[in-house]
Amino acid sequence: MAATGERHLSEEVRTRAAELMALYPHRRSALIPICHLAQEQDGLLRPEAITEIAEIVGVTPAEVLGTASFYDMLHTEPVGRYLVAVCTNIACMLKGAYELLEHAESALGVRVGATTDDAMFTLEDAECLADCGRAPCLQVNHRFFGDVTPQAFDALIEDLRAGRLEDDVPHHGTLVRIRRDGGLAVTAAEVAAEREAARRAMAERARAAEAADPGANEKRSGS
Amino acid sequence: MTITEAPKIVTSRLHRDDVHTLAGYLETGGYEALRKALTMPPEVVGAEVEAVSLLGRGGAGFPAGRKWAMLRKAPATYLVVNGDESEPATFKDHFLLERDPHQLIEGVVIAAYALQVAQAFIYVRGEFALGLERVTAALNEAYAHGAVGKDIFGSGFSLDVVVHPGAGAYICGEETALLESLEGKRGFPRIKPPYFPAAIGLYGEPTVVNNVETLSNLPWIVNNGSAAFTALGAGRSTGTRLFALAGHVRNPGVYEVEMVKTTFRDLIYAPVLGGGIAGGKGTQLKAIIPGGVSAPWFGPDQLDLPLGQDEVAEQGSMLGSGSIVVMDDATCMVRAAWRITRFFWRESCGQCTPCRGGSGWLEKILRRIEDGSGREADLDLLMDACDNLAPGVSWPPKQTTICVLGPSIPSSIASGIRMFRDEFLVHVKEGGCPHG
Repeated sequence: MAATGERHLSEEVRTRAAELMALYPHRRSALIPICHLAQEQDGLLRPEAITEIAEIVGVTPAEVLGTASFYDMLHTEPVGRYLVAVCTNIACMLKGAYELLEHAESALGVRVGATTDDAMFTLEDAECLADCGRAPCLQVNHRFFGDVTPQAFDALIEDLRAGRLEDDVPHHGTLVRIRRDGGLAVTAAEVAAEREAARRAMAERARAAEAADPGANEKRSGS
Repeated sequence: MTITEAPKIVTSRLHRDDVHTLAGYLETGGYEALRKALTMPPEVVGAEVEAVSLLGRGGAGFPAGRKWAMLRKAPATYLVVNGDESEPATFKDHFLLERDPHQLIEGVVIAAYALQVAQAFIYVRGEFALGLERVTAALNEAYAHGAVGKDIFGSGFSLDVVVHPGAGAYICGEETALLESLEGKRGFPRIKPPYFPAAIGLYGEPTVVNNVETLSNLPWIVNNGSAAFTALGAGRSTGTRLFALAGHVRNPGVYEVEMVKTTFRDLIYAPVLGGGIAGGKGTQLKAIIPGGVSAPWFGPDQLDLPLGQDEVAEQGSMLGSGSIVVMDDATCMVRAAWRITRFFWRESCGQCTPCRGGSGWLEKILRRIEDGSGREADLDLLMDACDNLAPGVSWPPKQTTICVLGPSIPSSIASGIRMFRDEFLVHVKEGGCPHG
């Protein structure tokens, strides 16, 4: 048996992964949420994490990588502590998003897709982030900032560098800081018994209604 | 210009900014509808929803009641909430998830009771970190309050609800792709038929997939009755709807207005709503994109069209996801069409050739026109490639692919060329964009 020290994913991540899998009728449904947890630990999805997630979920590492690589938020290459995603889709473009992106490139000294030398910032050009009422908008590690002027962008970067936004913007990989309290409240068997009883009662009411007014059910379902 | 006095249905309590907490929600009448629904037989709750024409608020506009009726006769299994809002310029579900998550949870439990599903899942777009945190916190409170979990409010009805984060993929808003994603797979839309997850849904079982805003209407409908809901709006478009207004307007934002009784002009120009054209370099309206970037564009001559599903469809576009993008007269239409096409190219899942290959081809041609390297023949080439994606380039588009993403790509290109052909030609003749 391998010593726990040889495992890449921490005991905490493994415990949380087990809790997540218990929420679904099939454990593979927890694959993407568990990938988020691995990113929370490492800031990205490392090959060791992919192998261990495969073991945990009961699929092959190729299936984990094949799934993860489909999604923009799951990173198999290193990204900075702060992923700065500037939306350039239509609503933001109309309000100066490309000018903002150009400013971001020169302010950070990197092109879109690249990471600063100090590994603090990765710049992305994002598709619509659904905050168009405050265009142009951006996200830093999926936290929203709206109505972003070039001056506001500079101030934001300065605040992030100085660590003044640690409470608002967790390091890359941490998505949801609020955890579910407890697992499922009822077992599948309990739910099945409840539903079966409810269906019998519904059928009984339908029969009673039919007896009182022949054709009533027919009329209703045909409407 | 008149704004109707219709009651607010899904934004009724948003004059307060604390209703995402249980305390704020309960003080504004929260969970009373659920208590009421649980005293009614499930089929009566279902009939109440089937009695109103609650057109799905996600984009397709399919009546929620008809979706439900398909499942009512089968042994019900799952309810899945589509909170993967990603259609460009659509930001109303994002708003509801963050501001009133308990209202959604109440709607979910009401729906689950009416449909007698075994379990409910709320799929939230991964980029909505705050939305995920708010819905998770609200769900924890709802369990502790007895509104979710075992023997809800002592009714004998039990239900577990699970919040599920996405991970960044526009296509997961397509309901069969969303189900694949919820099963822990790539978000590949499923081959149709079956057309509805009511037949084969999550884990192959009967499933109802409803949008966030759609379900957020249920507490009000249960509290006020189907007749009160149906009294609002007209025709099939009953009730109110959230519209996400963006682009060159003075007051961009999310507005709840009565369907059909409100027009595009009201929404864009009324001082209490959009407030008129502003925020760009122009002064006049040039075009609007109704219903998401999959929708064909409208010009200023269609401003007086009512905000109703069938009314907009009759004019060759769609109300779709409830987003309206306003473009002023200084906007480059080639650039607008290019950016929308670039979006589809980046988000194509890659399963079908017309979409995977066509989107990239169209994006490159549009980019070269915008950059000044275009040829006059490119206009015909664009339309020809569009014809491969959606034969006839008509609306609604003819289907050539597994899902509607591909056939939606021609909308902006065809709108641009048909409405602003001269502007495309100026780019070609002058060797660049006249808008700079």
